[in-house]
Amino acid sequence: MKAAVVVFPGSNCDRDCKVAIERSAGARVEMVWHQETALPDDLDLIVLPGGFSYGDYLRCGAMAAQSPVMREVIKAANDGVAVVGICNGFQVLCEAGLLPGALLRNEKLKYICKPVALDITNGQTRFTASFGEQRSAVMTVGNGEGNFFADEETLDRIEGEGQVVFRYQDNPNGSARDIAGIVNAGGNVLGLMPHPDRSFDPDLGSEDGAILFRSIFASA
Amino acid sequence: MKAKVQVFLKPGVLDVQGKAVEAALHGLGWADVSGVRVGRTIEFDVVETDPAKAEVEVKAMCDKLLANTVIESYAISFA
Repeated sequence: MKAAVVVFPGSNCDRDCKVAIERSAGARVEMVWHQETALPDDLDLIVLPGGFSYGDYLRCGAMAAQSPVMREVIKAANDGVAVVGICNGFQVLCEAGLLPGALLRNEKLKYICKPVALDITNGQTRFTASFGEQRSAVMTVGNGEGNFFADEETLDRIEGEGQVVFRYQDNPNGSARDIAGIVNAGGNVLGLMPHPDRSFDPDLGSEDGAILFRSIFASA
Repeated sequence: MKAKVQVFLKPGVLDVQGKAVEAALHGLGWADVSGVRVGRTIEFDVVETDPAKAEVEVKAMCDKLLANTVIESYAISFA
């Protein structure tokens, strides 16, 4: 079981992700600098961590989406490797075109940092299968631009295809249709604003993030 | 030739920054101001001297990086 965490300049949850994956799933985790032109072999998971890659210059995630390692991440995603983008990583996945939609400034312009309750709206994905009968989860959000946006047609399509995986029970930021996390059409790329990497231990207030990481490796 | 790209959120996309700036202008006494939008301008030099050819290139830059066409629209001009 092997995972890679991509490190962009300005990533600040990269080490949290490494520790979370190691402790939750017992997987080996390699850190991959954004200038790399190759990924480690035999990866079961690639994580794009939270933070402020490139200082959020231009748009959140826009510069990171064009960095050399992303060409390899896109290739791996197209080959079916599991990819998770958390927070800023979700923004990068949208900017890279691996996920539909975009993340806008929060409706009330406020940076929001708190635990949120989520509904698991698709328990059949490789990221959520291990939640079993559990239909809700608690994870921490920490973002200023987590307001998910897509046009109505796209929203209808991703809802119809079961690509909406997590919804906020109490929408904190104005996200369209309460969306907190989505997968791509292939089901192997997940983007979510809440942090499973900040919710993997009882001391952090929730262990639900650990279930998400374990789920990925259970299906690998 | 200098290229100028102006990027704004599309009309249907809520511009919360614009709304906040508008509220501040109202607070300062300009009560009849409406429709405030906050965007960004990106300027750079291009060697191409034919505006039509340069526009094709700059449009590609906008679609690839300078704007996110899911949420933003852009306008290109040369000076």
